[in-house]
Amino acid sequence: MSNDSREALMVGRRSDGSIVRRPLSPHLQAYDMLQMSSLLSILHRASGVALTAGVLLLVWWLVALASGPAAFAAVQWFLGSFLGLVVLFGVTVAGWYHTLAGIRHLAWDAGYGFRIPEMYRSGRMVVVGTAVLTLLTWVFAIIAWVS
Amino acid sequence: MAEGVKRLQTPLGRVRGLGSARSGTHHWWMQRVTSIALIPLTLWFALAAIGLAGAGYEASVAFVANPVNAVLLLLLAGVTLHHLASGLQVVIEDYVRAEGVRLAAIWGVKAACLVLALFAAVAVLRVAV
Repeated sequence: MSNDSREALMVGRRSDGSIVRRPLSPHLQAYDMLQMSSLLSILHRASGVALTAGVLLLVWWLVALASGPAAFAAVQWFLGSFLGLVVLFGVTVAGWYHTLAGIRHLAWDAGYGFRIPEMYRSGRMVVVGTAVLTLLTWVFAIIAWVS
Repeated sequence: MAEGVKRLQTPLGRVRGLGSARSGTHHWWMQRVTSIALIPLTLWFALAAIGLAGAGYEASVAFVANPVNAVLLLLLAGVTLHHLASGLQVVIEDYVRAEGVRLAAIWGVKAACLVLALFAAVAVLRVAV
């Protein structure tokens, strides 16, 4: 038997005196976290937390711009580095996902889109929309960069 | 008073006192208000960021110095950091159990977000004004 005190309440004895572990309700291990409804919900929270990085970059960029050319060159160097580009790409994906999934949540708050087929359709629209907007953002950003 | 109710405060008094959380739906409501405000601000910022890709110091200063861009940046920073603080607060409330640690984490997040908002505002104003 486990030493976990929480399991003490779940331990019983058979009529012959031998110990038996009573069954528990299904919990996370029995719950499919990769179904669209829960996965998109988890990703909405995760993308929101991840966007903290984007906020920090924006504040750094603004403060550097106000501080002068040397500080600005440092932030531009980071944003153009491999790590900086990876972070910027992640912020782009998280930003568009959080925006689109947020609009989906606002529609739910207003009482729309609760039927299961609608829920799956709006979920697919959020995923496809995130991919399309991320691609468009980077295509236009690279065009602006080289021109 | 309904049978079985064990509080002397009337339901109306409880509602006027904004319930057991003492803030009513204010937190939930402000998350919605800031999300709606962030939709147009995010779209504007995405276009602005695309335009600023690879821009040098002079071009970036000129962009922020434009009064319309400065006001939109101030709005973006203020609304975003309000939204971020309230969002992270909910995450902490969900996952941090110990009362003291939870309170310290929430206050820490709110203080950090306020400081970041002030940095952003001072930076924008210093360039624009």
